[in-house]
Amino acid sequence: MNQVKNFTKGFIKENPVFVLLLGLCPVLAVTSSAENGLGMGIATTFVLVSSNMVVSLFSKFIPSKVRIPSFIVIIASFVTIVELVMQAFAPALFEALGIFIPLIVVNCIVLGRAEGFASKNSFVSSLVDGLSIGLGFTMALFILGSVREMLGAGSILNYKFITGDGILVFILSPGAFIALGYLIALSNRVKKSLYKS
Amino acid sequence: MANKESTFTNMVLTLVIITGVASFALGSIYNITKEPIEKAKREKQERAIREVIPEFDNLESQKVLADGGDSLAIFLGYAGEEVVGTAVSSYSDNGYDPTRIIVMVGFLPDLTIHNTVVIQQKETPGLGTKMNDPAWKNQFNGKNPDVFNLNMKKDGGDVDAITAATISSRAFSDAISRAYEALKNQEGEQQP
Repeated sequence: MNQVKNFTKGFIKENPVFVLLLGLCPVLAVTSSAENGLGMGIATTFVLVSSNMVVSLFSKFIPSKVRIPSFIVIIASFVTIVELVMQAFAPALFEALGIFIPLIVVNCIVLGRAEGFASKNSFVSSLVDGLSIGLGFTMALFILGSVREMLGAGSILNYKFITGDGILVFILSPGAFIALGYLIALSNRVKKSLYKS
Repeated sequence: MANKESTFTNMVLTLVIITGVASFALGSIYNITKEPIEKAKREKQERAIREVIPEFDNLESQKVLADGGDSLAIFLGYAGEEVVGTAVSSYSDNGYDPTRIIVMVGFLPDLTIHNTVVIQQKETPGLGTKMNDPAWKNQFNGKNPDVFNLNMKKDGGDVDAITAATISSRAFSDAISRAYEALKNQEGEQQP
C-alpha cells in the first residue's frame, strides 16, 4: 500500500468531518473556540492511532462475532487513559473539554476506522491511517473552531482583535451548523479541483 | 479465513482476556495519576482561596450547613490570631446547564464580599461563561448582601445581569447568597 497516499487521504479526500461526515456530535459541540477544537482533535488522534495499532495487531485472534465488543473495550480503555492523564497533567484543558472526552468512545470515526480499516490492514498501514484520519479531524475542528471564534467572539486563540461581542449566534449551536455547512461546501470545491477524475 | 473461529469457547476466552488486560492497564494508570489529580484539585482550590480573601498565613477549614441540606466547606484565613477573611465554597443548581456551578466566595469579617472565583461551570460558551469575567463579577466586590440586593435588576434587585445570560447570572447570585446565608447562620449560632 502506498503510505504517502494513505497519509494524505485524511486531509481532503477522505476528511472525516468534511467528507465522511462522521463524529459530528463533538465536532459541533466543542468547536466554540479554536483552542477547544485543537485539544479535542489531538485527544481523538491519540485514541485513534492507539486503537488502530492494537486492533490491527490482535484482530487475527478475535473471533469475528465478538469483534465489535472487543474493539469497544480497547477504545474505551484508551479513552479512559487519556482522561486520567489529562486530568492529572493538563487540568485546564480537561476542564474545557469536559464531557466530550468520554464521548470519544462513541465517536463513530474511531470505531469506524477500527472496524473498516485496522482489522483488515497491516500494523504500519493502520498506524498511518490513524494518524491521517486523526490529523484530518484535528485540522477540521481547528478550522471550524477558528471560524466560529473569529465571527462569534472576535478573537482567535483567545487573542481579541475587536472590542465587544461578535455575532453571538456563531458561538451557539445554530452557528456551528451554519459554519460547518459553508466549510463542507468549500472543501467539496477544493476536492473537485484537486481530484479530477 | 484468517480469523479465529467463532466458537463459544473462543469467544468467551477472547473477551475475558481483553477485558482482563484492559482492567489491569486502567488500574495501573489510575494508581499513577491518582496523586497528581488530587494535587491539581487541591492547588486549584488553594489558588481560589488566595484570590478571594486578603492575605493570610494560616488556613482552617470547617463545614457549615446550608439550606438545601448540603453542607458547604468554609475556610477561615488567619493573619496571626485574627480572622482576616472567610472563603466559602458555594454552589448553585440553577444554571443554564445541569452541571452544578461552584463558586468560591470570599467574605471579610464584617460579611462584605471581598472577591469571587468560579471554580466549576458549564454555561453557554461566550454567554454564561462571562460570569468569570472580572468586568461583570467585580460589581459584587465590596458589597454587603445585607444592603446590596443580590437579585437581578429586572427582578427588583441591584445586580446588572449578563446580557443574554440572565439565568446564569441568577445562578451566580444564588450561589453567593447561599454562601452568605450559611455564614450568617453560623455566626448567629456562635453568638446567641
